[in-house]
Amino acid sequence: MALGLFSVLLFIGFWYFATKYRWSMYIRFGNIPSPVDVFNEAMTLGKNADFYNNMVVSMRRILLGFGIATFAGVGLGLLIGRYRLMHNLFFPVMEMLRPIPAIAWVPISIMLWPTNESSIVFITFIGSFFPILLNTVEGVFSLDKVLVRAARSLGASEFALLKDVILPGALPHIFTGLAVGMGVAWVSLIAAEMISGQFGIGYFTWEAYSLIQYADIVIGMIVIGVLGLACSGAIRLLGRLVMPWISPNDGRS
Amino acid sequence: MSSNEAVTKAVAEKGRIQIDDLQVTFGQNGNQVDAVSGVSIHIEPGEFVSIVGPSGCGKSTLLNAVAGFVKPSGGTLLLDGKAIKGPGADRGMVFQQYSLFPWMSVRKNVEFGLKMQRMASGQRESAARTLLGLAGLLAFENHYPDQLSGGMRQRVGIVRALATSPQVLLMDEPFGALDAQTRVVMQEILTNMWQRFRISVLFITHDIDESIFLSDRVYVMTARPGKIKAEIAIPLPRPRLPEMSTSAEFLKIREQLHALIREESLKAMGGELKEGGLSGFGIEVGPEGVGELV
Ligand SMILES: Nc1ncnc2c1ncn2[C@@H]1O[C@H](COP(=O)(O)OP(=O)(O)OP(=O)(O)O)[C@@H](O)[C@H]1O
Ligand SMILES: [Mg+2]
Repeated sequence: MALGLFSVLLFIGFWYFATKYRWSMYIRFGNIPSPVDVFNEAMTLGKNADFYNNMVVSMRRILLGFGIATFAGVGLGLLIGRYRLMHNLFFPVMEMLRPIPAIAWVPISIMLWPTNESSIVFITFIGSFFPILLNTVEGVFSLDKVLVRAARSLGASEFALLKDVILPGALPHIFTGLAVGMGVAWVSLIAAEMISGQFGIGYFTWEAYSLIQYADIVIGMIVIGVLGLACSGAIRLLGRLVMPWISPNDGRS
Repeated sequence: MSSNEAVTKAVAEKGRIQIDDLQVTFGQNGNQVDAVSGVSIHIEPGEFVSIVGPSGCGKSTLLNAVAGFVKPSGGTLLLDGKAIKGPGADRGMVFQQYSLFPWMSVRKNVEFGLKMQRMASGQRESAARTLLGLAGLLAFENHYPDQLSGGMRQRVGIVRALATSPQVLLMDEPFGALDAQTRVVMQEILTNMWQRFRISVLFITHDIDESIFLSDRVYVMTARPGKIKAEIAIPLPRPRLPEMSTSAEFLKIREQLHALIREESLKAMGGELKEGGLSGFGIEVGPEGVGELV
């Protein structure tokens, strides 16, 4: 803890002196705003409604894109994991599309979708969809088959089997997928907003660069980091709430 | 207690299993494996029947066919006169591996079968609590399976299988993973539950003493492809007490079973040894010595 605080102070100290004396070796600190500039700018921005609106817009895009990806990824993942036919039908396409990073979809997405807003949500969706899907499939595959047999011999219908056995059994893997997917969703969102956006915190950050409001760039970065962290934290918290049987100490020391 | 047995016989009307000329073949043409071949077993309502046999002889396959997990390639499988088509709650299943749902509390595990029957949740809860009470597990109703010992998990597994009031309990080496002391306790608990619920049991085990201690009849299977080699009645009175395991009758049955299984185990392991030597060997060596080889 104390060591962590020390390293943070060291970082800010370095930043302060590097910008104060405008260090310029190979990398150049000449145009980089100092911590003091950033702090002062943050005080002004804090009273600016547009600034908050950008955050709200980004959060809404994340919730939409990631939310749809969760439903589609988990739903399709359960079917692909459970039924050979679905696996043979969908898996080759998925394996083909998976290696394409979400950012590479930006131009196609702009052409594909009628509004800017929907194309950005689509990029966010694409980014988080594959990790969620693949982890769900993995979760179904790794489920102990004896549990399926046990459920069957207790009279479970196919639907009950999916809902009450396969889904909860795959939850630990699904949440791994959600955590990874949330990270990729933010990367994709910010990239999409910088390239094609109107509004949003990624747009704000890029706009600050274009308008030479350099302190705003750093504020944008910090906000992105904080929002991303909050979203990941929310996923972890949700995971702990819906999987109370997994003791919180697992896998840590 | 013999009157108790009479009651059992009188009340148990369902749970008759008829296996006739059962054949199970795995694989496609070319590399087919006959796992079970021409097996006929009849179990009367309320009867406790065990199957013993060398490893890989098809015991699990036979049980899985009765459970409805494996499709027979030939023969008939009847439960109370009706053909077995697939898994169902009329046959409770207890597995060797732990098979409790890790995400459900002990009570929710027991309630699962009732939930599948759409019983109202209040009724479900009280039924599960009654059963857990009988098995001495009520204090653990809200625990997750991971928080229980191996013996307790298997007890919950039995309770869960009994919750839907099946006619038959199918058990595939349910105590195989437990230590000797826990095993003995579990055998007693199972006997109690069996008498209380007047249910037929088809029980698979590697442990000959266990099969004698629990069963009305024991079937011995041959090495693969599994056929029935012998059917041994266990005329020991009930309740079966631990002291009985030193009685002359128990020892005689035990020796008989050991000799039968030993023959098959050696066959299963290669069978290059001379046949005459085997049977002589089996009789000369005491039950303890033979037991190690099984
Ligand atoms: N799904 C399957 N596909 C192909 N072969 C199988 C399958 N299941 C079992 N077998 C084969 O059938 C034979 C009987 O297997 P089974 O599991 O029924 O034996 P077992 O008597 O239960 O053995 P053990 O005492 O070790 O549990 C074995 O040779 C096994 O390899
Ligand atoms: Mg087996």
